[in-house]
Amino acid sequence: MNEILVMSLFVFALAITVGYELIQKVPQTLHTPLMSGSNAISGITIVGGLALATLAAGGDAEGGLSPAARWLALAAIVFAMINVVGGFLVTDRMLRMFTRK
Amino acid sequence: MTPDLTPITLLAQAAAADAARDIAYLLAAFCFIFGIKRLRSPKTARAGNALASVGMALAILATLLHADPGALPLALGAVVLGSGIGAVLALRVQMTQMPQMVALFNGFGGLASVLVVTGEWAQARTAGETLAGAVLLMVGLSALIGCVTFSGSIVAAGKLHGAISGAPVRLPAQIALNIAGVVVALALVVVLAGWAGPGWALALLVPIALALGVALTVPIGGADMPVMVSLLNSYSGLAAAATGFVVDYNLALIVSGALVGASGLILTAIMCKAMNRSLANVLFAGVGTADSTGAAGTTAEGRAVKSADPEDLAIMLDAARRVMIVPGYGMAVAQAQHAVRELADVLTARGVTVMYGVHPVAGRMPGHMNVLLAEADVPYEQLLDLEQANAEIETCDVALVIGANDVVNPAARHDATSPIFGMPIIDVDKAGACFVLKRSLGAGYAGVQNELFFADRTLMVFGDAKQTLQKTLAALKEL
Repeated sequence: MNEILVMSLFVFALAITVGYELIQKVPQTLHTPLMSGSNAISGITIVGGLALATLAAGGDAEGGLSPAARWLALAAIVFAMINVVGGFLVTDRMLRMFTRK
Repeated sequence: MTPDLTPITLLAQAAAADAARDIAYLLAAFCFIFGIKRLRSPKTARAGNALASVGMALAILATLLHADPGALPLALGAVVLGSGIGAVLALRVQMTQMPQMVALFNGFGGLASVLVVTGEWAQARTAGETLAGAVLLMVGLSALIGCVTFSGSIVAAGKLHGAISGAPVRLPAQIALNIAGVVVALALVVVLAGWAGPGWALALLVPIALALGVALTVPIGGADMPVMVSLLNSYSGLAAAATGFVVDYNLALIVSGALVGASGLILTAIMCKAMNRSLANVLFAGVGTADSTGAAGTTAEGRAVKSADPEDLAIMLDAARRVMIVPGYGMAVAQAQHAVRELADVLTARGVTVMYGVHPVAGRMPGHMNVLLAEADVPYEQLLDLEQANAEIETCDVALVIGANDVVNPAARHDATSPIFGMPIIDVDKAGACFVLKRSLGAGYAGVQNELFFADRTLMVFGDAKQTLQKTLAALKEL
């Protein structure tokens, strides 16, 4: 348990460092697409919502997914998907403008 | 052949599915990293964004490998619903509304994090499990940061859209209240982690964190919005990363959240530096008025300005060899970007070199002006940043300021009493002549009168920027 926590924190710290190096090199011209694109990436919580919502339903002896958890997870999926699809699409719309002749 | 359903085979299948999912998450993280890397140049940026979206699709598909078939229809329905809403919003939004759109999406990302960790908490409660202290700590942090992101982003989007007043609102004892809010919220997170996740702590934490998000954003004036929007962007990433610790130490969430958190923090730092202010000053000083271009004409104490007609501007532009256009929020308000481009085209055809000087905090979000000019097909090679613009400004015969104010106020260079003293500006007063397109003699966001307007070489052209540019264009064609 502690091992995986430390390992995860380690990965988190490394990812922050990578992000810092990568993003410093993004020119001012692309700061808005950077923000909306990274915003879409933060919609990765969709994975958490999906994993929770698709657990087997409760009712049997082993328990299973509670209705409250299911509805919270489904709501999370909707909002995360708005963030993901909306974010990537607006970013693409903006970047298309930067590259057209 | 009948499928082999012995326990050992099932276990092996589950392990293989786990491995496949984890490899897919790893690939997704690579897609995000290399996608962001491609944002270094406008030429490769679109492919980078596409790569990141492929990574997201991979992560989603891999998660569905483990889905219970019975639960799949509802979950997929939610995916389709969210995708549809997102697509409609993204395809309908106008470029001038982009700041509020980005803020709104950001808020939804924060909300999704809160919903996921609350769901995980509820599930553990139902199953009679006690989550580990470290996991509960992350439940609390994700709920706290996610709620602040959500309510803060909604307020920011409302201000940017004009649905609520853009003016900074100062509450009594604001700083003390905010600090108290943060302390209480953190205490609740500690209780959650240390006392096996009591429901009342989570039930208190959510409304307090939501109120905190509102209280932190309400005092931010329009011109400080680029800082706040960047900071909220960072928070949404940190909330996602904290959520990753709760969802079975999901590395896809942790890595992506860290990338976004770093991105938002860097943008925040760049914006603060471009205003020569600390983050604390931006967050708590409550500087600003509703709209730096719309403030009613504060008459200057007896000082005279020289005003000019669009026709005068046309004659000066026609005679110039080099012209720098310096846009600000006023260009966005007047939707003047296409008129700017048309004017630049005509000038270029007449042998005038046209360039654009873009200040980092011009507009309402990082890169705001660049997006609007790109929409009007201005080649990005002509867009100069602050340093490049100042290196060129003295070679320019005419500087054309369109709806920018504080970012061109020379008082920032020498007047130690000015609230914007020390802020790097574009030195338009060093060009041969400076034309300022503005609706009125309004003060800037800091409430300071702009001494540029009274300078010897400055000529004011009053009126709506778009109409002024169109008149100038008509006059230019007759020369």
